[in-house]
Amino acid sequence: MQIARVVGTVVSTKKHRKFEGAKLMLVQPLNVDDTPRGAALLAVDGAGAGVHEKVLVVLEGRAAGEVLGAKGAPVDAAIIGIVDEVDLAP
Amino acid sequence: MQLARVIGDIVATRKDEALDGIKLLLLQPLTPDRQAAGRPLVAVDAVGAGVGEEVFFVRGKEASFPFHPVEPPVDASIVGIIDHWDVER
Repeated sequence: MQIARVVGTVVSTKKHRKFEGAKLMLVQPLNVDDTPRGAALLAVDGAGAGVHEKVLVVLEGRAAGEVLGAKGAPVDAAIIGIVDEVDLAP
Repeated sequence: MQLARVIGDIVATRKDEALDGIKLLLLQPLTPDRQAAGRPLVAVDAVGAGVGEEVFFVRGKEASFPFHPVEPPVDASIVGIIDHWDVER
């Protein structure tokens, strides 16, 4: 899993049927110091996340499919939690 | 998934038979600010996308799922056409 920041929302009317009702969010993966790492990506939201929140993202198909409640969904990323706090060992 | 713009289509007559009837499109992945993100790639189309449209696509094994029970040998698949997106930094 990765820590990421929700940076936006995506609206798509015409999409694969297994995405019906899913909320699509743009997430920016973060380094541990909160700087952006790599490209922003799209994830389905399984945690009720909002823009600006720090979240936990799975980048794996089966796990992401479970968030959609659909077996065989063509999805590879999902938000599975909202991060309250990260404590780094000194 | 990733944002992309459809920048072309591809014709391939001789191909794996599991790809019969499946449209091949050329994608330019995009950042949320509509800058190119990496190199273009070829993806199959699962939603009726066309050249010029902004789409999102899935990579990896899941790319073949929209064509179930056929399992085409593909690694990228367009699974949504985007109406719009909003970015708030």
